[in-house]
Amino acid sequence: MTAAATAHAPTPLTGAAPLIDVHAHFHSPASGRADWSRYNASRLEAGERMGVVAHIASILGSWGNTSPTYFPSPDDLSSANAWMRDFAAQDTGAGAARIFAYVAVNPNHAAHALQEIRTGLAAGAVGIKLAASRKADDALVDDIAAIAAEHDVPILHHVWQDRRREWPGQDASDGVELGRLAERHPRTRLLLAHIGGGGDWAHTLHAVRDLPNVSVDLSGSGIDRGMMDATIEAFGARRVLWAADLTLCTGLTKAWALEAIGLEANALADIRWRNAVRFFPTARFQHRGEGLSA
Amino acid sequence: MSASNVIGAAEPSFADAPFAEVDVSTWIGPYPFREVPHPEPSVLVRVLDRERVRRAWVGWLPSAWHRDPAPGNRQLVEALTPHRAVLEPAIAVRPDWPHWTRELAIGLDAGATSVRVYPAQWGIGPGHPALVRLAGACAEAGVPLHLTVRFEDLRQRHPMDSVGDVPAATVRALARAGTGARLVVSGAGREFIEEVWWGLTLAEREFVSFDFGWVWGPPEDHFAGLVRTMGTAPFVLGTQWPLRLVQQSRALMALLPTDVSMAGPLPVPGAGNRM
Repeated sequence: MTAAATAHAPTPLTGAAPLIDVHAHFHSPASGRADWSRYNASRLEAGERMGVVAHIASILGSWGNTSPTYFPSPDDLSSANAWMRDFAAQDTGAGAARIFAYVAVNPNHAAHALQEIRTGLAAGAVGIKLAASRKADDALVDDIAAIAAEHDVPILHHVWQDRRREWPGQDASDGVELGRLAERHPRTRLLLAHIGGGGDWAHTLHAVRDLPNVSVDLSGSGIDRGMMDATIEAFGARRVLWAADLTLCTGLTKAWALEAIGLEANALADIRWRNAVRFFPTARFQHRGEGLSA
Repeated sequence: MSASNVIGAAEPSFADAPFAEVDVSTWIGPYPFREVPHPEPSVLVRVLDRERVRRAWVGWLPSAWHRDPAPGNRQLVEALTPHRAVLEPAIAVRPDWPHWTRELAIGLDAGATSVRVYPAQWGIGPGHPALVRLAGACAEAGVPLHLTVRFEDLRQRHPMDSVGDVPAATVRALARAGTGARLVVSGAGREFIEEVWWGLTLAEREFVSFDFGWVWGPPEDHFAGLVRTMGTAPFVLGTQWPLRLVQQSRALMALLPTDVSMAGPLPVPGAGNRM
């Protein structure tokens, strides 16, 4: 955004401070939904109004169109990752990079996953996305965790809080399983996805609280009262990152609620954007034409 | 928060225009399945003031899981007494129990301004004649009948919380019964709302209002779709405090696309409908 445009821009709904969404998704023409372009535009437009300066995003293959969302085929992943990176590179809506790409992989296709990660990171991706193709503590995930540490990028890992049974359509991990991976790979930064994204978040607080290489994102449709307070108390503000995932409305609610619960300014900045800057060292985030540094 | 609001001596007077006339879905009291911070009336009064909401219909949260809601109604009325200018009792009535009209009368005498029923928790299915009788009694008394579709997301519920959601068929059956009662539905998602709305005649839908805190905004834009197809009149504020963050409805309105407009103050149920 130019200086003149910045001067005339309305104050974002969450205030003037930066806001980074570390858990975003987009769709591609291969997603099989006719409104894929409208969906992406809606995310960007709502993000603009909220004050989101960076969307760190993935596409989970074809979102079920030609292979299952949580068990995407190698071809679907390669196509989606490439499309995601191009989409990020071509976006000039704010005059600065505002979309950043994860590399999404399926650990069941181990060689493809590692090659896809190398290709993606070399092409500018800033993190790795693991969804629910394999439990987080499975040995097949070890090489992925290792390559993440080697390249100093984090892994965003889909989690079902306190999974009490196997849910259809995915091999979801819970906090205990992600914790086992974190213990085996203490140099790998893991981002436990969507504390508000389903299941019993209180279980997750107990599961990964003592693992310093695990942070949590606040995304998800869940807006339980007390959830954010308990999360921040359990992890400290340095291990909590604001995010939206599939529902920007609940993201806005949580951003407003962060103000209402009376966090001190440093803690609020950590959660809104500074932790993201630390977590994604290869990304070059900007706010009003200036590079963001923690 | 002024002291006068805490003791209930006066309604709040907002520097800015109110966001809503009434929050139709709040409770006080503990939740059986998890710790909920400060579910107390004095805290709710402060929250309403902060959110610029004039008043709230308040239920007794444990009553949904009690066989007999009558003791909870007594506790509710007593707890709200110091705050009655802002917090209005929403008593719970089991219409499938003997002499339920007596409990309704006691509640109305105590100042209840709405009645809650929990069909899923009490095992009362769609079209049950007891529900229709209760709706008729509410219409006669001039108070709305309030139904809670869900309290929590299905994925996080306690193993003992296994009854499921209120089906849309329950609301359709009540609306079709023609009792004249105002039906206020809380906790419904897009599909539920559409199923009810498009499953009723124009005359029947005039008596149904929905809160919209469980409808999703961008990027799916379900809420925008509902406003485009249904208008704004059926929608009222219901936060489900103390279970959920109260900012959600405001966030949904703030994120409506530019071709859709919905401005506060959100009305009391029925005020936006043609009657």
